[in-house]
Amino acid sequence: MSEEQVTAIAALGDATRRQVYQVVVGHGGVLSRDEVAAQLGIGRTLAAFHLDKLVEAGLLETSFARGPHGGRPAKLYCRSGAEVAVSLPPRSYVDAAELLAEAVEKAGADHTLHRVARKRGLALKQPDMWEALRERGYEPFADGGVTKLRNCPFHALAQEFPPLVCGMNLALLKGMAEGSGWPVEPKMAPQAGQCCVVLEDK
Amino acid sequence: MNLAQLNIARLRFPLDGPELKDFVDALPEINGLGDASPGFVWRLQDDSGDATGVANPFGEGVIINLTVWESVEALREFIYRSPHLDYMRRRREWFDHNGIEAHLVLWWVPEGHTPTVDEAAERLAHLEKHGSTEHAFTLREPYPAA
Repeated sequence: MSEEQVTAIAALGDATRRQVYQVVVGHGGVLSRDEVAAQLGIGRTLAAFHLDKLVEAGLLETSFARGPHGGRPAKLYCRSGAEVAVSLPPRSYVDAAELLAEAVEKAGADHTLHRVARKRGLALKQPDMWEALRERGYEPFADGGVTKLRNCPFHALAQEFPPLVCGMNLALLKGMAEGSGWPVEPKMAPQAGQCCVVLEDK
Repeated sequence: MNLAQLNIARLRFPLDGPELKDFVDALPEINGLGDASPGFVWRLQDDSGDATGVANPFGEGVIINLTVWESVEALREFIYRSPHLDYMRRRREWFDHNGIEAHLVLWWVPEGHTPTVDEAAERLAHLEKHGSTEHAFTLREPYPAA
């Protein structure tokens, strides 16, 4: 457990700050202080205070954009690329998962993994698609007739073993959609900064 | 410097059979997508427009893919963040890696250099023998251009 990890988690201990974090993360793109303040119905100074604390903790990052009328550029906030995981007592599931993924790849057993994932998905049976996707950290959002997923719950592994792990994810979501009767068709549609799977309306 | 890439795959079935149909049918689209990708420089092909008929020293039923890119990131964008990924996901339907220790190798080449199959074979053998090094490396353990 490092100093940074504790700082990051501790920064979310304050209820208002946690709401500020959720507003920024839920938005997907960048947000200004004013937008965050307006969404939560709190003062601009208070929003700024919490936003900057979240930046200090490494959970958000900032950029600057010039406004339409010139003048001082606005400070904008979005989620940082940092991953924070704390486990007490220490557990290293990602390390174990990397070894397992490498072994599956070496064994050429992709299809076994994909079958297992599909079966797991089929068994979940959760009729509320949005709730199920949110619970699993996918951060779904609607984009026309497509439900896109802002977050990849398997990001670190998917970066290392894309065909294997993205294929696993697709099989899992296909199983979930089929088993729970969601009116969507999960498809592979990789895009930078998002989960590689989208759910197209049937 | 440019990035050269070789990957090899052993076909599980004949190229003109029903099992490989989806793969063969997708070749023009996927090759076209690669050619149009930012950072694409060159790929090995014969008159057919792809490299599935190109002779190689990797054994019976092995097909190869030899390409040149501007950077590792450009190559990653194409193979992992385009429709190419969906075909990669299905690789085990069409190929097996039995007896193939390493199937993908990367190395840096001077701009304007066209890698040969022999050169690529030497890099792959180096990777198999020594693991990922600056002479011959993998996507998981890349080395910057010297």
